[in-house]
Amino acid sequence: MYDVILVGAGPGGYATAIRAAQLGFKTAIVEREHLGGICLNWGCIPTKALLRSAEIKCFLEHAKDYGLQLDGSINVDIQAVVARSREVSARLNSGIHFLMKKNKIDIIWGEARVIRGAVDDKPAQIIVRKSEKLAVEILAEGVYEARHVIVATGARPRILSGVEPDGKLVWTYFEAIAPEAIPKSLVIVGSGAIGVEFASFYRDMGSVVTLIELQPQIMSSEDAEISIFARKQFERRGIRILTSARIQKIEKTAQSIIAHIYHDGKGQIIHAECLISAVGVQGNVENIGLESLGVAVDSGCIITDVWSRTNIPGIYAIGDVAGAPMLAHKAEKEGVICIEKIANLSTAHPLDKGRIPGCTYCTPQVASVGLTEEKAKNAGYDIRVGRYSFATNGKAIALGQDQGFVKTIFDRNSGQLLGAHMIGAEVTELIQGFVIAMNLETTEEELIHSIFPHPTLSETMKESILDAYDMVLNA
Amino acid sequence: MPVEITMPALSPTMAEGNLAKWLVKEGDRINPGDVIAEIETDKATMEVEAVDEGTLAKILVPAGTLGIKVNTVIALLTEEGEDIKKITDIKSATSSIFVSDQAETKGIVLPEMPVAAPVFTPPPRSTKDTRVFASPLARRLAIQKGVDVGSLYGTGPHGRVIKRDVETDIKTADATLKRSGDDQLLQFFTQGEYEIIPHNSMRKTIAKRLVESKQTVPHFYVMVDCELDALLKLRSRLNKATHSALMGVSQTDENSIIVPKLSVNDMIIKAVALALKMVPGANVSWLEDGLARHAHSDIGVAVSINNGLITPIIRHADEKSLKTISSEMKELASRARQMKLRPEEYQGGTVSISNMGMFGVKAFSAIINPPQAIIFAIGAGEERVVAKNGVPNIATMMTVMISVDHRAVDGALAAELARTFKGLIENPLAILA
Repeated sequence: MYDVILVGAGPGGYATAIRAAQLGFKTAIVEREHLGGICLNWGCIPTKALLRSAEIKCFLEHAKDYGLQLDGSINVDIQAVVARSREVSARLNSGIHFLMKKNKIDIIWGEARVIRGAVDDKPAQIIVRKSEKLAVEILAEGVYEARHVIVATGARPRILSGVEPDGKLVWTYFEAIAPEAIPKSLVIVGSGAIGVEFASFYRDMGSVVTLIELQPQIMSSEDAEISIFARKQFERRGIRILTSARIQKIEKTAQSIIAHIYHDGKGQIIHAECLISAVGVQGNVENIGLESLGVAVDSGCIITDVWSRTNIPGIYAIGDVAGAPMLAHKAEKEGVICIEKIANLSTAHPLDKGRIPGCTYCTPQVASVGLTEEKAKNAGYDIRVGRYSFATNGKAIALGQDQGFVKTIFDRNSGQLLGAHMIGAEVTELIQGFVIAMNLETTEEELIHSIFPHPTLSETMKESILDAYDMVLNA
Repeated sequence: MPVEITMPALSPTMAEGNLAKWLVKEGDRINPGDVIAEIETDKATMEVEAVDEGTLAKILVPAGTLGIKVNTVIALLTEEGEDIKKITDIKSATSSIFVSDQAETKGIVLPEMPVAAPVFTPPPRSTKDTRVFASPLARRLAIQKGVDVGSLYGTGPHGRVIKRDVETDIKTADATLKRSGDDQLLQFFTQGEYEIIPHNSMRKTIAKRLVESKQTVPHFYVMVDCELDALLKLRSRLNKATHSALMGVSQTDENSIIVPKLSVNDMIIKAVALALKMVPGANVSWLEDGLARHAHSDIGVAVSINNGLITPIIRHADEKSLKTISSEMKELASRARQMKLRPEEYQGGTVSISNMGMFGVKAFSAIINPPQAIIFAIGAGEERVVAKNGVPNIATMMTVMISVDHRAVDGALAAELARTFKGLIENPLAILA
């Protein structure tokens, strides 16, 4: 019998398993396909590898801007680009194998089904069956017991009716991440992180990209100003964007699709080689025994309390399957908090969802944490807003990446940093400064006292804070 | 120069208070004697009167600020002809001293640095010397709220005080009680079927004092039945006599003027005061190093007020006439209900009386109000069948329960006090003396 069984070895599951082992729990993790989950194998990590190839391609194309002469042409070998991306995933995947072994965590290969919660001093029970997805047959079938079963089954692409993926012409991220060739033209439905990252990648790789968004702004969860700026940048690069647009249906020919879009009060038709559906993800709540056990589920996600407990004793849920925001770093933290609470550590604190940063790796990058200006106002805050452009930042100009800005939002009354929104070069690496500030509950005063090294992109953060208090220096 | 209006000390012991309400606004013309604000201490709301005349230039401490130290500047007043606008830029005297301090110690003379008023005053040092771990935001919010950040129970990492701790305002001392308590207690009730009424400062004081009393003072109780008939008869005669005296013999319509009447309670106050005078060993307070024996009977009388109670004190009740006690009591009770008592009017007292007779309560036991050692709990006067010399008689009886601090007063002494009190009530002419 185990103390803890994790169902799913994604970024939430495997990190939680390691923390459980550190806390002295006898721990096992059930996985049906690959360690690291979508994030590591089909999501966050391999897309970063692809985007890096695209970025280097762009640099090379602009070598002249930096005084460099390049003889010959730059050709994309998409197989090699994808192969590199797969290698990056494979390397990290084997890293998790090592981590499981190092922490003495048993890996149970197969599909888990929870069959009993922890009742009357009896532990929770799961049954593991052979997974159809496993290439290598490893016998791990059987019944396993644990005092605590943590469901971390993640999420999968949401399917839009009429736009069902077929693996050939209608893609999800699974196909988009490992293309055999770069399509000449492409329709991407959905402008969340997945949609805009693929739009960015395929545009850089030479595709004609049309981005379709149902909401009036792209990246609808981001601050409106950031969204507008991003849109301009994308459009300048030749990405066609239709917002408040609905995909009505698609027709397929042998080698292409015809997308029927309703936009601006009228229908229009877009011909493209293929379509990527990126309309969000939904929790993997099916076929894991939740219904028969009576685990409460709402809108495709397991309902949990602040400590990730479900309504059934001994059964917990973390990560995407436990609801938004569906982000790897949220899953990891949620899982660690869950297991630390099980260990009854006094240092365990419930997750504050208001302080989870979000990063999108399109060009230019977008990163944010906390409230948007609109949400801050709606929440009743009297706010001070600061803005600072990359166009006046020395490092950004030297890099040749001076497009972007930083926006900070403070509560006028208390000086609390309510939100930070950034677009520009490497902002996904910069946002953490604001995340720490928020977590430590600094006010504008401590931020203003902090010294930001010169010359760095991070000086845009400082100037944005100063701007919020009418003290901006370099503008 | 503007005139500084400071936080007044409303009693010799008052160290801080809450600014409940501003009754004037910036720009208002103020004359000496004008009531400009209301200050709340733990037991009373007091009015602050203006001493100087001028125009209220700036309110520095907003209404609702808690825990303002005595002598803190709360507002600025401009005198005749002064420009109000300049006041906004007034520099704080303390900050300029602060700046030049270091230089002076080194013997360097620096020109005085013009400094503008700080937006935020530096956080007050905690009463403890130990370092207080608190987030900058929590510190700032605590200042705005007037809470000592060091007194708060921190729920952040390593007990660090964070924003939500300032918002919930749970003091370190009662943190264990409240934090583990509230959540655990509330789980017994259905959510949505209760509402939480936050404690005001009076409620908190009552709770704190009574818990302290019940936990640290070893109570014992002495119960005695008193026959009231003689006292009631005397009261009626006194009230009639007073009435006639006031009306004069020529007056015929007795109901045209309302004459203040002596109440049974007034007579009980006097009886308690005299009983203590006759049994001085019971008029005491327990101190760590000795017993304080009181020379006079200062009688605290519990008055029920909106969401709480307060015990205004009749000082030297042993020396006062019934009439004086009566009119003082009426006046104190009336102001108590308006939360207008001054601290010295309810602080102190050597013995208390709690009378629930008017509610028809037969008998009850009261909690001693330390450092007093005695409290009288008065029940209702009611007709009972009483055996006298083997014959059943009807008499108006009143049950009195005396709660006694056994550290200070032993059983025999308490019995002596009870007998003396009973004697005075039943032979009431003695209380006229």
